[in-house]
Amino acid sequence: MKLSTKYMGMDLKNPLIVSASPLSRNIDTVKKLEDAGAPAVVMYSLFEEEIYHEDGELDHYLSHGSDSFAESLSYFPDHHDFSAGPDEYLNQIRQLKEAVDIPIIASLNGVSEGGWIEKAKMMEDAGADALELNVYHLPTDINESGTHVKQVHLDILSCVKEKVNIPVAVKLGHYFSALPAFARRMEEAGADALVMFNRFYQPDIDLKKLEVKSALHLSTSDEVLLPLRWIAVLCGQVDMSLAATSGVHTAEDVLKLTMAGADVTMMASALLKFGPEHITKILKDIETWMDENEYESLTQMRGSMSMKNVPDPGSFMRANYIKMLQDYQVTV
Amino acid sequence: MSRKMVTIDGNEAAAYIAHKTNEVIAIYPITPSSPMGEQSDTWSALGQKNIWGTVPSVIEMQSEGGAAGAVHGALQTGALTTTFTASQGLLLMIPNMYKIAGELTATVFHVSARTIATHALSIFGDHSDVMATRATGWAMLASNSVQEVMDFALISQAATLQSRIPFLHFFDGFRTSHEVMKIEQLTMDDIKAMIDDELVFAHRKRGLNPNNPVLRGTAQNPDTFFQSREACNPFYEVLPGIVQETMDKFGKLTGRQYHLFDYEGHPEAERVIILMGSGAETVDETVKHMVSQGEKIGILKVRLYRPFSIEHFLNALPTSVKKIAVLDRTKEPGAIGEPLYQDIVTAFAEGTQEGSAPIVIGGRYGLSSKEFTPGMVKGVYDELLKDMPKNHFTIGIVDDVSHTSLDYDPVYTTTGENIFRGMFFGLGADGTVGANKNSIKIIGEETDNFAQGYFVYDSKKSGSMTISHLRFGNENIQSTYLIRHSNFVACHNFEFLKTVDILKYVVPGGTFLLNSPYSDEEVWEHLPRNVQKQILDKKVNIYNINALKVSLETGMGKRINTIMQTCFFAISGILPRDEAIAKIKYAIDKTYGKKGEEIVKKNYNAVDQTLANLNKVEHPNTVTGTEVSASLIPDHAPTFIKNVTSVMIAGLGDDLPVSAMPIDGTWPTDTTQWEKRNISTEIPVWNADICIQCNKCAFVCPHGVIRPKVYEEELLVNAPETFKSMKPKGREWESSEVYSLQVAPEDCTGCELCVEVCPVKDKTNVSRKALNMEFQPPLREAEKANWEFFLNLPEAKRDRVKQNTVKGSQILEPMFEFSGACSGCGETPYVKLASQLFGDRMLVANATGCSSIYGGNLPTTPWTKNLDGRGPSWSNSLFEDNAEFGLGFRLTVDKHREHALELAQGMQDEIGTELFDAIRDADQSDEPGIYEQRQRVDAMNAILEKSKKREAKQLLTISDNLTKKSVWIMGGDGWAYDIGFGGLDHVFASGKDVNILVLDTEVYSNTGGQASKATPIGAVAKFASSGKETGKKDLGMIAMSYSNVYVAKVAMGANDAQTVKAFMEAEAYPGVSIIIAYSQCIAHGINMTKGMDQHKLAVDSGHWPLFRYNPLSQEQGKNPLSLDSKAPTIHIKDYIYRENRFKMLTKTMPERAQMLLEKADRQAKEQYDYYQKLAKLEPVVTEN
Repeated sequence: MKLSTKYMGMDLKNPLIVSASPLSRNIDTVKKLEDAGAPAVVMYSLFEEEIYHEDGELDHYLSHGSDSFAESLSYFPDHHDFSAGPDEYLNQIRQLKEAVDIPIIASLNGVSEGGWIEKAKMMEDAGADALELNVYHLPTDINESGTHVKQVHLDILSCVKEKVNIPVAVKLGHYFSALPAFARRMEEAGADALVMFNRFYQPDIDLKKLEVKSALHLSTSDEVLLPLRWIAVLCGQVDMSLAATSGVHTAEDVLKLTMAGADVTMMASALLKFGPEHITKILKDIETWMDENEYESLTQMRGSMSMKNVPDPGSFMRANYIKMLQDYQVTV
Repeated sequence: MSRKMVTIDGNEAAAYIAHKTNEVIAIYPITPSSPMGEQSDTWSALGQKNIWGTVPSVIEMQSEGGAAGAVHGALQTGALTTTFTASQGLLLMIPNMYKIAGELTATVFHVSARTIATHALSIFGDHSDVMATRATGWAMLASNSVQEVMDFALISQAATLQSRIPFLHFFDGFRTSHEVMKIEQLTMDDIKAMIDDELVFAHRKRGLNPNNPVLRGTAQNPDTFFQSREACNPFYEVLPGIVQETMDKFGKLTGRQYHLFDYEGHPEAERVIILMGSGAETVDETVKHMVSQGEKIGILKVRLYRPFSIEHFLNALPTSVKKIAVLDRTKEPGAIGEPLYQDIVTAFAEGTQEGSAPIVIGGRYGLSSKEFTPGMVKGVYDELLKDMPKNHFTIGIVDDVSHTSLDYDPVYTTTGENIFRGMFFGLGADGTVGANKNSIKIIGEETDNFAQGYFVYDSKKSGSMTISHLRFGNENIQSTYLIRHSNFVACHNFEFLKTVDILKYVVPGGTFLLNSPYSDEEVWEHLPRNVQKQILDKKVNIYNINALKVSLETGMGKRINTIMQTCFFAISGILPRDEAIAKIKYAIDKTYGKKGEEIVKKNYNAVDQTLANLNKVEHPNTVTGTEVSASLIPDHAPTFIKNVTSVMIAGLGDDLPVSAMPIDGTWPTDTTQWEKRNISTEIPVWNADICIQCNKCAFVCPHGVIRPKVYEEELLVNAPETFKSMKPKGREWESSEVYSLQVAPEDCTGCELCVEVCPVKDKTNVSRKALNMEFQPPLREAEKANWEFFLNLPEAKRDRVKQNTVKGSQILEPMFEFSGACSGCGETPYVKLASQLFGDRMLVANATGCSSIYGGNLPTTPWTKNLDGRGPSWSNSLFEDNAEFGLGFRLTVDKHREHALELAQGMQDEIGTELFDAIRDADQSDEPGIYEQRQRVDAMNAILEKSKKREAKQLLTISDNLTKKSVWIMGGDGWAYDIGFGGLDHVFASGKDVNILVLDTEVYSNTGGQASKATPIGAVAKFASSGKETGKKDLGMIAMSYSNVYVAKVAMGANDAQTVKAFMEAEAYPGVSIIIAYSQCIAHGINMTKGMDQHKLAVDSGHWPLFRYNPLSQEQGKNPLSLDSKAPTIHIKDYIYRENRFKMLTKTMPERAQMLLEKADRQAKEQYDYYQKLAKLEPVVTEN
């Protein structure tokens, strides 16, 4: 009981949610995650591009070159029902819901107010317990203002909220000015949770091929500090749930984030690296730590070190930066 | 009983009945019958059952011979069994057909009748194939229309069970097999009512069974064979009666009463045409028209051709008939007349009293789907008016050699105003045909109208034009000929207006729909003069739409099908506009629904936007446009090109007389250069400033349109202004020389492979390569001049070039250019490479398939000649015999070389011993050696020319064989792995010096994507719709098992140097060599611009290990196998899931896809491991 938490109204036995990753593509893996103690799973994302482009691509390649030459009027047998676009994803929701008892949170990833948003309703109908909206938007247009970027998020959220009754979390990137104010506006627009933060994959340059390459790097514990700060800042200032993601690898990470105010802490990289059983280990380590330090529950510590509750809120503000610089000079 | 009206083609009509009335279906793909097998496979895959409640088993065999064998076996063991075939396929079935009939076995073969290859192959329709089976003892029933195909398929199935005589049910290839018609579909109850289960049980009971053992297929001797052969007679005697009874039963059931011979026309007709097949519909239509004008004429349609019932025939003809013309859609050279004619003459001779028979003449029409029109029909009736009508005539051509042809009025028409006629000119793959098929379905199935659609395709696979012919009306449509007078003409590609006289088809006051890149205000001024003139003269209503703009704006990409279809419905008035739009949207749902909701929405949006963008063009009443020149063939072209080829290019080949034709199918090579197609809007442009002269661009170019040359700089004096050059890189070149890379702007298909393969990037802007695609129109004229200049620059001497390198090989002149292959074709770069390395001494035997089509389909062909007049000499025999065919080439060369040496030896006194010895012992292993030998042979020939000896003349005819010739046997995987494998295997064992190039696309590409034994595990193909279960056959390993065959597996996009090396080694090897070449294909469902990437991934994943097995190494004490690729570095999914053929399975059967994926990865790794072990083996040293 002492590890239980509440996330967007859902009672969870612990905060170690599996974050959006390929892990949820395999039903057996999800079963193992459940057995290892995962309280909920955020599914891999259904991408807006997938909906638009994959269907288009399938149609294109099925008909490409057809009806051009008398001997080869088509190139593929055409008699199957294709699980096009979201079908595959919706099936996966259904199958996961059948296979496990823990909540399944569907993830929708896109940047425009197109028809893809309607898929939210389909996800709900397929049995998703909640939705995570990942507005993966990188403003590269010099004419696009920060206000517009924020408005895009708010508009998409409003559209989705209009369509579904299940809770909706918004996964954010960390490139926002005035994040607390934006968080408030998200809450007003109906967000049931903020998930901080999205890990944008950083492009790299291949010097040999002179090509831009993108490689997936798994997170490290160091990355936990970014969500830690902003959860600490937001904790108590907003009522919606706060989820930490990026860099959650150890019991210590979970404890710190909980103290900062996280309702749940999401993991993927560590599970990809160490396997589903890693959850069991972390849970055990948390319990050990709590026993050793005589904590009764996570609730007890949640937000205990948020900006609101620490003796020196400046640690989360500009003052912290100045202090760091001074300390650095002293050390040098 | 209510029956559904369906709009389907003849193939589907036949397959529908065949699938419902059989248990086993064994097939092999061949045009135009392939769809019947494919549909059967589809229905079985979907679990559709026959009338006895079981799903028929469908199996694809390795050849039609194999299919016939499997059918025979299944029949002999009691299964209801069928097959579908045509043309050469039917010929391969003949031996089994004799057996099946001799054993009185009930079955129906459904045949879409197609021309048999004689002087040339033709995929189109006539009766030469079915007529070749006349002697097999099969009943032959002819269907003339799509409705009849369905009806007769069932009648023949019922009659065969009752009579025990096998039936060949045939209909015209393409004209009926591919004509879409609205017909009444027979129900399961209809079929059950016609098929007597007791007869089915009897059929089963006759099957071989160990519980009741019998023996069939004995060898008989002179004592009994003859009598046994006569024992079947009673079965044939009663058959006509059985068929008529079956037709009567069918008539009662459906209201469609047929007879063995159906007469239509005036009851007291004096002139009658007798024929069978789709042409009968046109004759029938013409008869109705002419009778209404008072003519006493008629038509007799022959339904049951074998057994031929004289009694039924005579009873069907009105007694008033005085003259008869019998039309045969086949030719039997040397015969007294064609088959049907002979039968009719015999029937009168046997069935009537002397002197009472009418005058009978016979004639040929419609060979290879040659048009057969009401004008021609009238021409025949007019001929019958003459006192001495011409016998053994031809109709539909101008025979100015044997003067067999009849005159006719080409503009004569019969169709009234109540039939709507629409013609649609589309660009292949723009979706025009699909949209029109859709429109026919909408009109046919949603309204009371009758509907007909027929589609004409181009002879080229890339950038081709399609013409859709659609007829709608409230009466049955019998016009089995192309539309020539159209109420509605749509041009879906503006460029066509410059090359095709589209407006000539519009009737006065008709409607013309144009897709143009111009606004309604601008479009008039851009129309060619001839188009404007006809619009004004005929008062044509013209509508304009910028379909590309609408399609791009609505996210449809470049597919304009839905947009143009909407335009058609919006302005044709066939249906009320709103109703039509609603129906289009409904059709969109049906077509795209299963492919995703977003596509449906996009299409909906496109429909709405179309209506907003389609407008009637208001135009001035004056002609202002510019003239477009009719012929683009330059004056310096050879006479034959100007007189014949140019006419064919212009689409007017029907007008060419017999005298214009080569008599034996021999055509000049080097002709694609005269057909400038301008099919790409973008072409590569060379940036000499950063080019490193690797020549990889030329290496991968499928169409030979990008070429490097090195020449003396001084030749640049007269170069066009924009012609580019640079200093050549490489020690073989002189400082006085320069290098140029030039693109043929009008021949490029825009595949972009060259740009993709270009390894150079501008250091200041990496998106700029040494080649970049640019918009063609503004470059065309300048680059045309540059190309002309480039062609006239001298070729580098072959012995100066490092041929065994990628770079060097590309300096050699390609002798294979501008083929009609698909844009980005994976096969043609290999073919071109072979032509560069060995073209001037090359003989090519080409298996039927893609390579024989892009290599030999008229009007123009891609094999070329060099300045000396030398070049590849090419021929296609058949699909199944190509290895043997090529071996025959070698046998000739070897025999003639041997004989030449014998003759030369005998003439040493005149030739000179020194020259003779030099010729005999010449080392021709490289270019200089071959060059020198050529000089020696020329010197010898010069001596021989002066000699008066008979031997000298003999020797002169074969002395060319003393110079090395390179025999190449080329074909695809369908040939090498399947139908031709037996012959290939025999050639392996022959040890003869032939080079085999297998262009392995891992699927039957030419016939539309059927699985072959080269298809890899997990790939979806026709007949492997659940993903191929078994792995690809390892042809290389089989060849290696002979140990004296040179074997190489190559993939030029993965290792181009190894490819060149393999070609050089294979050709040099003095025995059988085989190169198995990975060839990307449009049937893979890939982005063709990335074709070379797929080569690399195929190799990196272990799917396609590169190796060379050279028996000569063994002689040198080395392991003959060199493994040229590394162990798999990527998972096979990273290769295969970039291809739709694999990926689509993840969308249809994800779990099975996963299972096959794992198996594929394992197999790839195991295969590599095995090769690696072999390559590491210590060579076997045999002690003498």
